Amino acid sequence: MISSSLNSSNYSFFEKLKSVDYFLILLILLIGSISVFSIYSTESGDFSFYTKNHLIRLAAFFLLFLVLSFVRVSTWYRQAYTFYILGLLLLLSVIFFGISASGSKRWINLFVFNLQPSELMKIAVIVSFARYYHRIQTVDIESYRYLLQPIILLLIPCYLVITQPDLGTAILIAGSGIAIIWLAGLNIKYFIYSGLIVIVSLPFIISILKPYQKSRILTFFNPERDPLGAGYQIIQSKIAIGSGGMYGKGFLKGTQSYLEFLPEKHTDFIFTLFSEEFGFLGSILLIFLYTLLIYRIIKIGFSCRSFFAKLYCFGFSSALFLYVFVNIAMVVGLLPIVGAPLPIMSYGGSSMLSIMIGLSIVMSCKIYSKEIVSN
Amino acid sequence: MIKRTSNLDKNKTINRRLFILGSAKVGLLGLITSRLYNLQISEKKKYETLSDKNRFREWKTPPKRGVITDFYNNIIADNKRVYQVYLSLDETNDFNNSIFKLKNIIGLSDDELSKIYKKKQKIKPWDTIMVSENLSWEKFSKLNLYLHEIEGAKPVLSTSRYYPYSNDLVHIIGYVGEASVNDIKKNKKIEENFVPGLKVGKIGIENSTDQILIGNYGIKRYEVNSSGKKIKEISYKKETQGENLRTTVDVEVQRLAQKLLDNKAGSICAMDIYSGEIIALASSPTYDPNKFTYGINKKDWNEIKNNKLRPLVNKSIAGLYSPGSTIKPLVALAALEYGIINQKLKVKCKGHDHPYELYGQKYHCWKKDGHGIMNLRNAIKQSCDIYFYEVARLLGVDKLSIIAKRYGLGSKVLEDIFPEEKKGLVPSTKWKKQILEQSWYLGETVITGIGQGYIQTTPLQLCLMTAQLANGGFKIKPSIIYNNNFDYDKILSKIQSEKNKPIEPNILKEKDINLYEKLYKNPKNIKIVLDAMYGSTNEQFGTSFRSRHKDKKYRYAGKTGTSQVRRITEKDRELDLDTSEIEYKNRDHALFVAFAPYDKPKYAISVLVEHGGSGSKAAAPLANKLIKKIIDRDKDREIKRKELKII
Repeated sequence: MISSSLNSSNYSFFEKLKSVDYFLILLILLIGSISVFSIYSTESGDFSFYTKNHLIRLAAFFLLFLVLSFVRVSTWYRQAYTFYILGLLLLLSVIFFGISASGSKRWINLFVFNLQPSELMKIAVIVSFARYYHRIQTVDIESYRYLLQPIILLLIPCYLVITQPDLGTAILIAGSGIAIIWLAGLNIKYFIYSGLIVIVSLPFIISILKPYQKSRILTFFNPERDPLGAGYQIIQSKIAIGSGGMYGKGFLKGTQSYLEFLPEKHTDFIFTLFSEEFGFLGSILLIFLYTLLIYRIIKIGFSCRSFFAKLYCFGFSSALFLYVFVNIAMVVGLLPIVGAPLPIMSYGGSSMLSIMIGLSIVMSCKIYSKEIVSN
Repeated sequence: MIKRTSNLDKNKTINRRLFILGSAKVGLLGLITSRLYNLQISEKKKYETLSDKNRFREWKTPPKRGVITDFYNNIIADNKRVYQVYLSLDETNDFNNSIFKLKNIIGLSDDELSKIYKKKQKIKPWDTIMVSENLSWEKFSKLNLYLHEIEGAKPVLSTSRYYPYSNDLVHIIGYVGEASVNDIKKNKKIEENFVPGLKVGKIGIENSTDQILIGNYGIKRYEVNSSGKKIKEISYKKETQGENLRTTVDVEVQRLAQKLLDNKAGSICAMDIYSGEIIALASSPTYDPNKFTYGINKKDWNEIKNNKLRPLVNKSIAGLYSPGSTIKPLVALAALEYGIINQKLKVKCKGHDHPYELYGQKYHCWKKDGHGIMNLRNAIKQSCDIYFYEVARLLGVDKLSIIAKRYGLGSKVLEDIFPEEKKGLVPSTKWKKQILEQSWYLGETVITGIGQGYIQTTPLQLCLMTAQLANGGFKIKPSIIYNNNFDYDKILSKIQSEKNKPIEPNILKEKDINLYEKLYKNPKNIKIVLDAMYGSTNEQFGTSFRSRHKDKKYRYAGKTGTSQVRRITEKDRELDLDTSEIEYKNRDHALFVAFAPYDKPKYAISVLVEHGGSGSKAAAPLANKLIKKIIDRDKDREIKRKELKII
């Protein structure tokens, strides 16, 4: 009975199982287990609240990932705009029903856990942009009609997220969208022009930033400006990473985190904790795992027949790279501190959920790689 | 067909764009890797240090000072338990609030409060500040009751200096106080062991032996978390107490000496004539060193500072006086040694109507009616000035200067113990030429013969001079800190063997003489002088006859001195006022030097009473009581000495 229904979609169940990318799953599980140990270490080797929650979420969302992997890629294609609109509605509902924490309003209460819609929006933008550019021919891309639509699609969620305020996520959403526009083949000059416009309007942008955002950017250029205030996080993070040395201080022995010098160690600064305990070698290994993950997704993209799947995989891999890069660059002091979690590693349900959904679409692209999508 | 080519085109575009994006990613990964390399490999040391700085806090525990005792183990500078309260800055979120609460509980004055705020500005934000260093037990227990309400307050049981004999030894021991910037700069040991609230010696033995007394601080090393809360103790080094110090002083003699000087300004010194051990070094008036431990208050300080009798001056070593007639034995000895006179020389003292005359200048004897015909022994015994004018004239100031310096005048006696010690002045023609750029007048020689004029001595120098006469003329080195390697019997046998050595031919030239070596040319001359001093105290008409001891055990020989503080005019001489009728500051200083027991000398003393009048009336009677005490204590001292030798 089941097999017949699956057969009807031209893929046998065993064919599907055969085309599952097990290496991708292995990478996810590897990074996932590293994340559990890291969160465990943030609690000084105590199996309690954070570790438990993280483990449960990881398990639940990993199962969700497996289930969603078998959703046809054509279904994702068809429902791409629905996903986008759903994300937008959730973002709007934050404004009315949102929960505030430490000065920003980012979450809505789903009773099971607090959802951060902006995280879902990250994926929704990639999916809907992949769909948008799936049909547009290279020659048409430059026409204003086709150029204006994605810009509006990008500006609306970015504006909503910035006003929460959440600069980090807004940048990541914008970055993911721009990556797909780039991949679709928009003339390079547009990127150069808009880059120039951003630089020219930078003073204006800075003037409308919230004071804490301004101080973060100023602090980035000179952390010693305010060592106990805005500069504290980055100074302590650099101390933790630097003192880790080549081999690290050892598992559960990171003094900076154990003695609570490290802020936000569960979330944005989880890499710092890992790097303090496992040193340069450990950090390189973790970065290598992420690189493999990204590489694997690109490889899947190449194997896909449809532009939608290709654009999605390439776009998602770029977004994933962007998340990882922004987070690590931030904690090592290469970028200002903007809230941006490290995929899979950071504690946080919404981020985990969005990554798992994103990965499941990648997996779906792999399983249904031969499928030609259409309306 | 068109669709196919355009799809191929699109595919190509995407792949090309992906390649560019991939290259950018590789570049960014390289950037992150090099940054990590830079942080974790190149600058590891720097960040490791910063990390340790984050997590470790040190609490230094102040060292305990060594205890100072007298010769007999009586503690004269002790440590007593005190209750203190500190405030740890990194454990308080609201400094003002904590201080305010402390103020209410232990009762701080506004003065103390402003001091605390001043201190706070000087220290680091994770340091500890001393709020009160000497709380009463009641306040301390009250504080402990409310402790949980005051963030960062730390009650501490500590020790602090205490001087059980308060005023009686202050001029010897000195006192301690909080280490100043200057103290830290000057003394390396203090710099190395500095902790907040460290007490260091300010003057006296406490100051000069800080090196030995201070000890080493302890360290408690804690691991702390980001809010400064102690997580665990990492290491602990116990503070070490400074070494204990034994002085040569006898507290009983010292206290008697101080008591004898009550309500007077003056000094009493006593020493062993062979070992040079100082038994008493009294100076009056005194003050209470305990008041300085926590910083003296303004009122007490002004009281001490404005006292006209100058309690802050240690008169035994830093007071300069004309020796007056106490120098006469030395003048006589010098004249005998150089063979200028013999003891049979006779000079007639004819009273104020017929004074000694030199180039038209008149020099009077103190005795109005004159002494009549004097020989050397009688001149010392009755302290005839006319006789010594003549001896000095014959001797000359330069020869006198050599002998005076040899017997201990004109140079510091203890040197490094008391930085304020004065060296005095023994004049000579050369000195006057060099320093005053004037030539010497014979008249100046004449008055130097009776210890007036330029000559200036400290009471301790006079005591040393007497000791070196009384021991038969051997060089000794006075000390106030007991030396464990000191062997009394060895010194005695060394002196004994020195006696039999031949006299060096140039002994009377100006030269340095080694410890325990002969100072004299002919031992008979010393005997003549000592015998005359015996007469002065124990025979009728002797100047200190009234202060003598009849008991042979205590019998001593001495020499009085009365030193003028201003020139005596003809009018004064006519008025011939009694001491009590003269204004205090114009009264003569009374001096007395002596050694005892006469038959077998062992101790020398000097007594000085500022503006006390005549030596025989004001100074000699004090010596009588003092000598009795010293001789009574002699047996105990010998027993104690044997004990120390065994140890």
